[in-house]
This record gives sequence, C-alpha cells and structure tokens, in this order.
Amino acid sequence: MADPMRIRANLTGDKVEVKVLMAHEMETGLRKDAGGNAIPAHFIRNVTVTHGGKTVLSAQWGTSVSRNPFLHFRFKGGRPGEKVTITWMDNKGDKRTDEAVIAGGG
Amino acid sequence: MRIDRVLAGVLAVMPPCFALAQQDTQKEIERYRQMLQESNPAELFEARGEELWKTRRGPKNASLERCDLGLGPGVVKGAYVQLPRYFADTERVQDAESRLVTCMVGLQGFTPEEAKRNPFSGTGVPMIASDPFSGVGRRSVMTDLVAWIASQSRGMKIAPPMSHPKERLAYQAGERLFYYRAGPYDFGCVTCHGEEGKRIRLQNLPKMTNAKDAQRAFGTWPGYRVSEGELRSMQWRMWECIRQMRFPELEFTSDASIALITYLAKKAEGGTFDAPAIKR
Repeated sequence: MADPMRIRANLTGDKVEVKVLMAHEMETGLRKDAGGNAIPAHFIRNVTVTHGGKTVLSAQWGTSVSRNPFLHFRFKGGRPGEKVTITWMDNKGDKRTDEAVIAGGG
Repeated sequence: MRIDRVLAGVLAVMPPCFALAQQDTQKEIERYRQMLQESNPAELFEARGEELWKTRRGPKNASLERCDLGLGPGVVKGAYVQLPRYFADTERVQDAESRLVTCMVGLQGFTPEEAKRNPFSGTGVPMIASDPFSGVGRRSVMTDLVAWIASQSRGMKIAPPMSHPKERLAYQAGERLFYYRAGPYDFGCVTCHGEEGKRIRLQNLPKMTNAKDAQRAFGTWPGYRVSEGELRSMQWRMWECIRQMRFPELEFTSDASIALITYLAKKAEGGTFDAPAIKR
C-alpha cells in the first residue's frame, strides 16, 4: 500500500494555501534495469481535491511529473477547521486518499 | 555622434542595472531554495523512519525504541549531532548507521549481514555491478531510519564528543584518510575538498578544513537528491566519494567510513545541523 501524503493547508488572506507531498515512484517506462529490461511505467494519473463535497482541483498527470511529487495550489472559500481531501489514482489502479484540516490564518 | 551618446548612455546605465539583476537573481535563488525546502520529500522518508523505529521486526519481534544512540536507551532527540561517539558496549566509535546495525542485531535479533543488506535505497539504474543501491524502487530501512533520526537533531549544534581516546584516534585516522592520495587517478578527498572555490560543473565543493564550509556540508547530510529521487545518508556520501576517486569499495559502516565521518563532524563542530536537506 502506498505511503500517506503529507498535507499542509493554511488559510492565508481569503485563500487556502495547500501544499502536498506524495510518495510515488513515478516511473516513466523509459528506464531500464540492470538486466536491460524496461522498467514498466508506474505513475499517478489523476489527482482530485475536494472541500465540502465540492471538487476544488482536478488534475491529469503523466510521466513528466517528478518522483515523490509536490503539489502547491490555492483555493477560495475554505475556513479553518474544515477538511480538504486529496485523492490520487495511478495507472495501475492504486489509490490513496488523505485529508487535512485547514489551519487558521496567519 | 548621436550613436556615441546613446552608447555612452547605455554604458553608464549598464553596470548598476547588471548589479541589480544579479541581486534579484540571488534573491530569486534564495526564494527557490526556500520553496524547495518546504517541498522537501525527505519528509516522506522521515515519516517512514519514525514508523519503522516503532515497528516490531526481526526474529525477536522487537522495535528499536530501546536503542541507545549515545544519549541513553530510546533517546533520539539530539542524538545525531553527537555522533560519531565511543560506545562502551561495542568498544568502538560508531556513527548513526553502525549504531543502528548494533541495535538491529542486539534488540531485533537480525544477523549483522541482514542488518547491513540494504544500506542505501534503490535508484533503478546501477552504475556498476556491485552498486549496493541498485534495484527499482528498493527501499532501505536503514536510510529511512537515519532520515528520521537526523531530523530529530534539526536546528541543533553539531557537537561530536572527543573525550574518549578512541574518538580522538578515529579523528586522526579520518584526517589521515582525508589527505591520503591513491588509486589510478592519484586522488584523495583533499584533491577536491582542500581548496577554496572549487566546483564540479555547477556544484560548489566545500573546503573541509574551512569551518564554515564543513558546517554547511556536514549539516546538510542526509539529503534528498532531486536528481535521483532518493534520500542519501552520510555513509552513502562517503561511499560515493570513494567510488568517484576509483578507490576500492568503501565497506558500509567500516572503521574507515566512521573515521572519515568523525573527522568531518569535528571539522563542522559548532555549526547548525539542518538535515535532511534537499540537494540538486
């Protein structure tokens, strides 16, 4: 099973700033192992972020995203104490969902 | 005439303009570094390491929570900056990795060979056949643990103890190794790390006899290597430097590796520890 994400969500001004670290191999499928065999592609395909039942970010990723990806974005309408839920799904169908509570302004 | 005047005007304006641009660039680089630090995937390794520390493993089905890293059983906070140090139970000077081997053997019942089997995490493409960190996505319990242990000393002063004769001996041996030149290239650590302002491509090489350089270097390992997508430990740093010098392979947690680390730790004494850092 995939490792948990590290999520920071902070209200700054009128926007919630979210920073996410995901643990993922993000193999491109172009590399070869010691035996010369291609290493199969393994990468995150979809990322969805929801807040209060509404999707605030939806992304389609490919093999150009780095290993252990870092995602940073802002959205409006969040308040401290509320939850942000993040889900990724990769090309092998593996999934991981984590959530974080929005921290107060500052 | 008119062109001359314009040219003169351009020349007059250029130097401050250039200086300003450079200042801005420097500021931007600093901002970029700050951003990198906030997005340092080393955090993922640290989290795994903390979990592994508490996980019951090995034939004795025990956790490492009673492991003595020098400040008493189970004390992790501040332990890394006071390593390498002499341990009476093993009668050796040990760094974080070799001490973890001792704990994995003593507390968890692994054999020393098992404890040392995966010293570094895998990158996928081995550079040489005996590359100990080849293997796609191969995780290293050792690396994860070291990442977490090091993170528990973040912000503290580097303070390796030098009171025991064996600690001083390790320092002296490390110094000898640092200046020892050999191999097909007649290289030594000192070749790259003995002069000010040297670099390999764009990477500045720290002069290890200069306290400020040594502090910055020692204080930022372990580090997450962006180019490899892996976390690298101090033992790996030694292993890799020795390989690049075309020396015989440096044995993981060997006395030679610990001596070198002891020497560097002492050179970096008083510096602020800021690892696991993020590296190119």
